[in-house]
Amino acid sequence: MGGLLKFITCGSVDDGKSTLIGHMLYDAKLIYADQKNALILDSRVGSRGGEIDYSLLLDGLMAEREQGITIDVAYRYFNTEKRSFIVADTPGHEEYTRNMAVGASFADLAVILIDASKGLLIQTRRHVRICALMGIRHFVFAVNKMDLVEYREKVFREIEYDIGKLLLSFPTDSRSIMPVSATEGDNITSVSLKMPWYHGKPLLTYLEEIDIFKNKTQGSFILQVQRVSRPHAMFRGFQGQVAEGNIRTGEDVYILPGGEQAKVKRLLSAGRKTQIVNAGEAVTVVLDREVDVSRGCVMVRHIDVPVCRLIRAELLWMDDTELVEGRNYLLKLGTKTVLATVLKLHYRTDVNTGDRIPPKYGRKNDILNCDISLSEKVVLDSFENCPELGRFILINRVTNMTAACGTICHPLRRSDNLTWQNLDVTRELRANQMNQKPCTIWFTGLSGAGKSTIANALEKALISIGKHTMILDGDNVRMGLNCDLGFSERDRVENVRRIAQTARLMNDAGLIVLVAAISPFSSDRRSARIIIGEAFFEVYVNTSLEECKKRDVKGLYEKSRRGELPNFTGVDSPYEIPENPEMTVFTEKASVEDIVDRIVEKAGLNG
Amino acid sequence: MSELTHLDELEAEAIYILREVAAECERPVMLYSIGKDSSVMLHLAEKAFYPEKPPFPFLHIDTTWKFREMITFRDRVAREKGIEMLVYTNEEGVRHGINPFDHGSAYTDIMKTQALKQALEQYGFTAAFGGGRRDEEKSRAKERIFSFRNEAHAWEPKNQRPEMWNLYNTALHKGESMRVFPLSNWTEKDIWQYICREQIEIVPLYFAKERPVVYREDAIIMVDDDRMRLLPKEKVQIKKVRFRTLGCYPLTGAVESNAETLEAIVEETLGAVSSERTSRVIDKDAGSGSMERRKREGYF
Repeated sequence: MGGLLKFITCGSVDDGKSTLIGHMLYDAKLIYADQKNALILDSRVGSRGGEIDYSLLLDGLMAEREQGITIDVAYRYFNTEKRSFIVADTPGHEEYTRNMAVGASFADLAVILIDASKGLLIQTRRHVRICALMGIRHFVFAVNKMDLVEYREKVFREIEYDIGKLLLSFPTDSRSIMPVSATEGDNITSVSLKMPWYHGKPLLTYLEEIDIFKNKTQGSFILQVQRVSRPHAMFRGFQGQVAEGNIRTGEDVYILPGGEQAKVKRLLSAGRKTQIVNAGEAVTVVLDREVDVSRGCVMVRHIDVPVCRLIRAELLWMDDTELVEGRNYLLKLGTKTVLATVLKLHYRTDVNTGDRIPPKYGRKNDILNCDISLSEKVVLDSFENCPELGRFILINRVTNMTAACGTICHPLRRSDNLTWQNLDVTRELRANQMNQKPCTIWFTGLSGAGKSTIANALEKALISIGKHTMILDGDNVRMGLNCDLGFSERDRVENVRRIAQTARLMNDAGLIVLVAAISPFSSDRRSARIIIGEAFFEVYVNTSLEECKKRDVKGLYEKSRRGELPNFTGVDSPYEIPENPEMTVFTEKASVEDIVDRIVEKAGLNG
Repeated sequence: MSELTHLDELEAEAIYILREVAAECERPVMLYSIGKDSSVMLHLAEKAFYPEKPPFPFLHIDTTWKFREMITFRDRVAREKGIEMLVYTNEEGVRHGINPFDHGSAYTDIMKTQALKQALEQYGFTAAFGGGRRDEEKSRAKERIFSFRNEAHAWEPKNQRPEMWNLYNTALHKGESMRVFPLSNWTEKDIWQYICREQIEIVPLYFAKERPVVYREDAIIMVDDDRMRLLPKEKVQIKKVRFRTLGCYPLTGAVESNAETLEAIVEETLGAVSSERTSRVIDKDAGSGSMERRKREGYF
């Protein structure tokens, strides 16, 4: 009895993956009677007209049946007298590569199908590469459709040679190559009489007998803490699944990244009291003293597990948006989620030739080698040393989609940091770091129109959604940076110029800047627009002079009336109404909250 | 060192999933259908968090047409285990007299699918555990363990989130939610063997007993109360039957059986020729795409 075998079938589209599995289940009488009825029924309307179309057993989605292709991975469960199997049947289309990778991440062994009449295709090579990337070390190559090449040995041997060449670059624990016909059933569940030159086992027998047992209990104890359980003051347990090794009550463990030490006082495995827990078990650990442990911490027997914040990794990029250096994602590794920045893209691997190509950016389905920095120190290791500590996903922070999966080649130490120090830290990179689009919202309008009030309310709204902001208020700037300037026309021009330059610097730093300045002259606002560029967003705060005079919060209109304030805008100095502002708001008609909401929406400050 | 058995592995995987949701999701709930899969899920939840009680409530969508024994069982289990059991019924459906005899698939939609959506929205649950298994039906075989639902609770089969290794992405926007299936990789046989091994209590309807039934088309329907409408010529007979799945009694087919013990049920299941869902009358309605269609509309 070989235990449970999880395997996937993959290969290019139309190589007959679903048919192979369907035939295997059918031949081995592993399908239930009503599924068989549904199958025969479906076949009548399907593409093989009358004959049983075995692939209909697996292509379960309506869209798949309509198009006659597999879109998403399907799981099938069956057992023979010798073994239990879970098979993930994966799509062959390049478009659905990520679904194929989902299946590969789940499996211990891959059955790669190859159409004998076509040989090794790009998609076959891509799948082998992804299987290897996801950690599969056992491969079976089923050279299918041998019936279409008259069961000729020569065809098979040529493909066998190509496979041997391909596998040179991948680590494998076992490999087998066999000639089959999925539709005719040759070498599927029984030895084919049509290929006497093949002396190996049929596929199902091979799968029943292969030993894929990984002795994970031999490693040193590693437990990624999933959850802290505190039902009452007397109990504090750390829950998680043992990644490697074992531990007994009374033994010492270290808690990383902190490095504190404690003794195991009590152990529960799936809720039951026990003295020892092993790899794979879902456990609860109680320690003998109060130590700082939270989700994402790792319990280890030996303290030599790396703790670091910079890694070299291989990625399978799955997002629709492109990956560029400097972009930020959430990285989930085990039970730890941190902010991560892709610092440096080293190369993209050509799936066909294996060549390393320097990339400008990563596109969907690319396999990329890169350096990633983490926002804090994380307990991790190379994927080869410990899969649980060496694999991760990246999550797009805007869409929440899983953007990539990756494996760690090796942690990078301080001395390796040179590789990314020549990276230019650009405005875009800084903005990415803050997860926002920098811009300058420029409020113009009469004194007392409500510019500062709106800017302040807007800033609070932005802070509440996690944005990084700065307000440049005309009055405040005049007390510091511009304290040498008066109110002559020349000084007003200079005042606006300095504010615009400052706003620009702050935009470069990644900030969203809110400027509240009367800025009465069109020409000044035009030059501000030129200085700040595309990030400039002009909001005309339209409040009537009568209303401003009535409000007169600062008592300036009163002073001006008494003649104590020469060149006061709107009274004895003109205010030039903006002709094409990005937005005009009317404070006499709308509430501050409504105005703020509209600005956030119109200026796209939410993204 | 011993290798974990197949059941140990499935148990550990399910517990990992339960804990992951408890740790990462804002407001989880466990759907409790009173069936054997729910009994297994509840048992796993108790084990996963022991000595803590499961850190989420349980929710039963009551169509008012469940077997009486199910309701008795539900109330007793909740009381004995000290868990929070929420019961939700689509009262508007009840007011309109929606029933399984007159309203066919509309009944399922209104009393189950709509009721579930209403309940999830009312309580603001962001993640709901369900007992669905991939071996049940072909579209389910394609579903992720963490299955993302948009604001309308709909499943988008063509655009599922990639699910790599055991790294589940639980990030959501406001209004979106997750359905989580900790038993995805279990088969009917695994469920029975686990119930056997752990001595999990299940509704007595699963065991063969003499019950009043009628034969209707291919199905055997139990006459559970006087709301059951008999067709002309239909006669109530007493037969020794049991149920492989439980739901609304007029829509749930029984099988003739002598299996009175768990061991006997496992024995029968190992040799089963008909997969489990054939005993649900509801699936036959619209051919082989019907389950997927319902799920896209928000069915669990």
